[in-house]
Amino acid sequence: MEKLRELLNETLHFYKRTLTLVAKGGNLYYAWCFSLLTMIIVGFVFYLRQHEVGLIATNMNDQVSWGLYIANFTYLVGAAAAAVLLVIPSYIYHFKPIKEIVVLGELFAASAVVMAILFVMVDLGRLDRFWHMLPFIGSMNFPQSLLAWDVLALNGYLFLNLLIPVYLLVKFYYRKEPNWKFILPFILASIPWAVSIHTVTAFLYNGLPARPFWNASILAPRFLASAFCSGPAIIIIIFQIIRKVSGYNIAIEDEALFKISELIAYSMFLNLFLLSAELYKEYYAQTVHIASFKYLFEGLHDHNQLVPWIWAAMTMNVIAFFIFLIPQTRKRLTTLNLGCFLIIVGVWIEKGPGFVIPGFVPDPLGEIHEYIPNLLELMVSFGIWATGLLIFTLLMKVAIPIETGEFSHMEYKKEVTTLIKSF
Amino acid sequence: MLKPCAGASIAMIQRIGINYDSITGNWLTLQKATDSVGNAMATFTGIGGQVSMEKGQVLSLVQVGEPISYVPTVMTLMNPSLNRSNPSPHHSSRRLRKMRDKPKQYTRREFLRNLSLTALSGISVPILSSCTKEETEDFLQKHFREMTPEEKKQVVAKLERRYSQKYGRKFEISTKEALPETLWGYGLELSRCIGCRRCVYACVKENNHSRYDPQLQWIRVLRLKRGNLINLENSEHYYNPEIVPEKGFIYLPVQCQQCQNPPCVKVCPVHATWQEPDGVVVVDYNWCIGCRYCIAACPYKGRVFNWADPNIPKEEVNPHVHYLGNRPRMKCAVEKCTFCIQRVRSGRYPACVEACPTGSRKFGNLIDPNSEIRYIIERKRVFRLKEDLNTESKFYYFFEA
Repeated sequence: MEKLRELLNETLHFYKRTLTLVAKGGNLYYAWCFSLLTMIIVGFVFYLRQHEVGLIATNMNDQVSWGLYIANFTYLVGAAAAAVLLVIPSYIYHFKPIKEIVVLGELFAASAVVMAILFVMVDLGRLDRFWHMLPFIGSMNFPQSLLAWDVLALNGYLFLNLLIPVYLLVKFYYRKEPNWKFILPFILASIPWAVSIHTVTAFLYNGLPARPFWNASILAPRFLASAFCSGPAIIIIIFQIIRKVSGYNIAIEDEALFKISELIAYSMFLNLFLLSAELYKEYYAQTVHIASFKYLFEGLHDHNQLVPWIWAAMTMNVIAFFIFLIPQTRKRLTTLNLGCFLIIVGVWIEKGPGFVIPGFVPDPLGEIHEYIPNLLELMVSFGIWATGLLIFTLLMKVAIPIETGEFSHMEYKKEVTTLIKSF
Repeated sequence: MLKPCAGASIAMIQRIGINYDSITGNWLTLQKATDSVGNAMATFTGIGGQVSMEKGQVLSLVQVGEPISYVPTVMTLMNPSLNRSNPSPHHSSRRLRKMRDKPKQYTRREFLRNLSLTALSGISVPILSSCTKEETEDFLQKHFREMTPEEKKQVVAKLERRYSQKYGRKFEISTKEALPETLWGYGLELSRCIGCRRCVYACVKENNHSRYDPQLQWIRVLRLKRGNLINLENSEHYYNPEIVPEKGFIYLPVQCQQCQNPPCVKVCPVHATWQEPDGVVVVDYNWCIGCRYCIAACPYKGRVFNWADPNIPKEEVNPHVHYLGNRPRMKCAVEKCTFCIQRVRSGRYPACVEACPTGSRKFGNLIDPNSEIRYIIERKRVFRLKEDLNTESKFYYFFEA
C-alpha cells in the first residue's frame, strides 16, 4: 500500500513537474511557441471555412483531385520513416554518438507522423464520417484498400515512436536501466515498420494502372531513397538547433551529424540513380505514358507550370549530392547546413507537388488541367506544419532536460544533495 | 452449359457471380450443378480450397489450370446462407457477412462501435448536445448493406421527409434490389454518335445532378480528330461549335463503364462503393468519407465529386429516385453513373439511351441470349475502352458491321 501511494505520488509529481517545465521558458521559447500557436489558429480558421463550404474552397477539382495536402502527406511519411537511419546505427551497431540522440530522432518521427495523419484528415471531404474507417467500429476495407493499410501502418508507427522514446526517457528519469527484454522487440519492430510505412504509401499510388505516372514498380524504392535524404537532413538541422538552445548541455557530437550526412550522400545517389532509370525508360521508349513526365519536365501543350519547380528541385538535389559526397564540404557545418536546406526543399518539390500533381495531368481521358494550391490550402498546410513543430518543441522541452540529467527523479536528487552535503 | 471439371484437380473459379470469360469471350453463368450423388450442389476444388455451392448460386468457370485470382471472394462461397439473406454476392468483408446472417444479434463489432461512439459522444457532449436528434442519427447511420429491412424503411422515410421539405415535391425513394438473372451491359455505336450532348443533359436532369457552379456531369463526350481513337490526349472535351457533327471529327462519349473488375471498389477504404448483383457499381453516399481515392483509381473518369453542396432548382428535381442512384446527394461525397438504377430495375431504359436522337445507345441484359446487347456483341465489331487494364468493362463501343 505504502509503495503504491508512493508510486502514485511520484507519478503525479512527474506530471506536475513536466507541466511546469513545458510552461516555463525563456523569451525566445515563448515567442517561438506563440508564433506557432498563431499559425495553428489561422490554419484552423481557414480549415473551418473549408469544412463549412466543402472542398470547393480549395483549388482541387475532378481533374486534379488530390493536391497540396496529399503532397505534404507523402513527404512527411518519408520524413518520419527516416528515423530508422538513426535507430539502426544506434541500437544495432551501438554507434555511440548517435545512440545519445536517437530518442530525439524518434520523437521527431512521431511528430512527423502526426502531421502526416493531420494532412489526410484535412483532405477528407467528410471528416464527420472518419469513424467509418476505424477497424471493428466502422467497415475498414482491409486488406483490399491500400489506404486502410496506410491507416494501420501510420498509427502503428506513431505508437512505436511514442512508446520507445517515452519508455526510455522515463527510465532515464528514474535513473534505472531499461528492461531491454521488454523494449528491444519494439525497437526491432520499428525498423521494418519504418520501411513499411513508406512502402505502403508508395503502393497506394503504385497500384493504380489508371495513372501510368505512378504505376511504376520503381516507385517504392524511389520513395525510400528520397525519404532517407530528406528526413535525416531535417534531423541534422533540428539537432543543431537543439544543441544551441540547450546551451551545449546535450551531447550531440559533430561526429554523429557527419555520420548521418554520409548516409544522406548514399541515399541521394540512389535517389538520383532511380530517377534517371525511370527517365531513361520513359524517354527512350517514348510511349503515350510519357505525357506526365513531359508535363513535369518540359511542359505539355503549353502547360508548363511545374517545369521551373522541378528543375529547381533537380539542381538543388544534385548540388546537395556533391556537398554531401565530398568529405571537406560534408564535414563543415556551414556547407553541411546549406546541403541540408537544399535537400529539404528539393525533395519536397520532387516528391510532394512534383509527384502528386503530374499523376493527374493529363487525366485518364487526356484532359490537361493545371493545379496550383490556393491561399486556403497554403494556410491550412502551414497550420499543420506549425502543429507538428509545436508538438515536437514541447516534447523536446521535456526530453532534453531528462537526457542532460537536469530533470530527474526526486529520490535521485535527494541522494545527490546528501552526497554533496556529506562532503 | 459448362460442367464442373470432373476429375480435374483444379477447376478455375474466376469470381462469384456472372463473369466475363476472357478465353472464350463469353459471359458465363453456371445456374445448376449436381454433385456426384445428384444433389443440387456443386463442389469444386481449387487453389483456394474446397468450394461448395448451393443450387441457384451463380458462378463462372474458366479453363483448367489458370491461377485463381480472387481467392478471398472464392472463400466467401463457403457460407451457403449468403445469397439467401441478401442477393449481393460481391462483398469482401467477412464481418459484413456475419452481420447480415444474424441481423438481430448484438455482435462484438456493434458492441465495440456503440461503446466507442458513446465514449466519443461523452467526450464531446458540448458539441453533440448542440446537435439535433436527427443530426446525431445521421452521424450514426449504418452502412446501407448492414441495415435490416426495418432500418432501411426508417432511413428512407426520414430522407423522403427531408427531400420533400427541401424541394416541395413528394419523393419516392426506392431500395429495389437487383432483378434475378440480370447483368446489365451497354452498347454505343461510334459511327452514329454526332456529339450533340443530349445524353449528357438528359442524365443531369434524370439523376438530380448539381446544376450551377459546379454543374456535375456523369457523361463526358470527347471530340477526336479522325485518325485518333486510343490516345485521348488529342481529345477535346469542351468543343462548342454551332452545329454537330463537325467535319473531320468523331465523338466518343465516356461514362462509368461498369467494370466487372472495378478498380474503384478495390481501393475504397470503407466499403462505401460496391458492385450489385446486376453488375452496377453503386455508392452509399451516406457512407463515403470523401477521400477521393476512387477518383484516382478510375481509368475512365467515371466518378465525380461534390466539391460543394449540390444545388437543384425545385422545379427541375426528379422525385422518383433510388437510394443507391439518383437521390439528391450531399457535399463532399463521390457519385457516379448507375445505368439509371432507378429506371432499369423497373423495366425502363437509362435516360441517356432514351435521349439519344441517333439511336447510338443500346442497353440490355448480357445474360439473356436474345437481348439487343448480345446481338451487338455477337454480330458487330465491338471493343471496350482501355481493355488492356483488365477492368472487364461492360460498356461496348462498336461500329457499323
